[in-house]
Amino acid sequence: MYFTRFAITAALLSSGALLGVSSVASAASVNVAVAANFTDAAKEIAAAFAETTKHEAVLSFGATGQFYTQITQAAPFEVFLAADDQRPTQAVKEGHGVENTVFTYAIGQLVLYSPNKNTVTGPETLKENSFNKIAIANPETAPYGVAAVQAMTALNVYDTLKPKIVQGQSIGQTYQFIQTGNAELGFVALGQVSQTSTGSRWVVPQDLYKPIRQDAVLLKTGSDNPAAIAFIEFLKGDTAAKIIQKYGYALDR
Amino acid sequence: MLTPDLWQPIRLTLELAGLTTVLLLIIGTPIAWWLARSTSLLKEVVATVVALPLVLPPTVLGFYLLIILGPDGLGGMFGGLVGVRTFAFTFEGLVFGSVLYSMPFVVQPIRNSFEAIGNRPLEVAATLRASPLNRFITVALPMAKPGFLTGAVLGFAHTVGEFGVILMIGGNIPGKTKVLSVAIYDFVETLQWQKAHILSAGMLVFAFLVILSVSLLARRSGQRTF
Repeated sequence: MYFTRFAITAALLSSGALLGVSSVASAASVNVAVAANFTDAAKEIAAAFAETTKHEAVLSFGATGQFYTQITQAAPFEVFLAADDQRPTQAVKEGHGVENTVFTYAIGQLVLYSPNKNTVTGPETLKENSFNKIAIANPETAPYGVAAVQAMTALNVYDTLKPKIVQGQSIGQTYQFIQTGNAELGFVALGQVSQTSTGSRWVVPQDLYKPIRQDAVLLKTGSDNPAAIAFIEFLKGDTAAKIIQKYGYALDR
Repeated sequence: MLTPDLWQPIRLTLELAGLTTVLLLIIGTPIAWWLARSTSLLKEVVATVVALPLVLPPTVLGFYLLIILGPDGLGGMFGGLVGVRTFAFTFEGLVFGSVLYSMPFVVQPIRNSFEAIGNRPLEVAATLRASPLNRFITVALPMAKPGFLTGAVLGFAHTVGEFGVILMIGGNIPGKTKVLSVAIYDFVETLQWQKAHILSAGMLVFAFLVILSVSLLARRSGQRTF
């Protein structure tokens, strides 16, 4: 009991000290909630952002739905990079986001991927159905999961594959299921595998699923933070655009 | 009021917790007996291993289980014999994980009960020519009943309350691995708070009753649980 109290006090003191440090530093920092599929690209953008503006972007990665729920409960995020175009708009509508700050920062592409170099050849891989488990992101919370279901439905394989589907809570966990080999293949974001040349993949044609427009929004918590505003601007700029495209996303311009 | 997306996880969770508890009573009893009776130094090591899930974050267990159950681990090795590629994403995999995760909650109370018996009743039984097995079954087991009850209740309840491990190795398959805690998580994430409320309130009542019953058991038997 005594120890617990001591530990809590110590934790409070140290977090207070940290806050103090960050408030006297000249450059500001911004807390960004990033959809898991955009992880690698966001890290590179944050590094470029820090170099250009001297501000720091502190990134949190997770499922879009999960972040949205947290934002409605006053999570300390200042910018939200979602994996869909619904939740940022909804955030504004419900008073969590700043009006007229929603924009599409990337258009995601769905890819069927396997770390094994012979597993994925194309849509026929799904029709041949010679695997045990296929991983997708949870369609209830992750837009790439919705797209995966749409693509399988369009190919008329959804009902046959349904018993073999396992769901990751985010596209990040989905990728992890595939990488650990627990699922032989799965639908992930091209952004997650664009920097690896190993394995086998089939970039799903855009006409098989509704475009994954990924929107960003400035949240009210960040409306007075120069770093948050700078981050949004930086995300719209050419440096960010190059990084976004490099990771296999299309741009909306 | 109870739609399939509500009762399915409830049923699955009860099945998982029930099977885990039965397995733990079978596996845990000899371990608890040995821990209670042995004077070997090795026993402290085994006791430590059994207690590890109390301290480890579920993510550690989840991470290792994912690898162990997977195609490159033991799961794939043994699974190959029965035509299963991986034990992750299966009910059996969850049972395996739950047995490890809930083991200290079953072994510890039983061990305490065995220890509380002391040497004397067993020695007396021995003078009456009871064989070791006979002594165990007719003397030790009945006297340790409170420990078994407490262990069963705690093991069951702890498995019901499992979340992190299952989230990591389950794959969220309705009817197979989507247990109560994961269902609540999903309902919260998707803003279906009414359903989240129904399940959460149920869990709250359940947890209250479990802890109360354990306390009452302890009171009746005059033994501490932990």
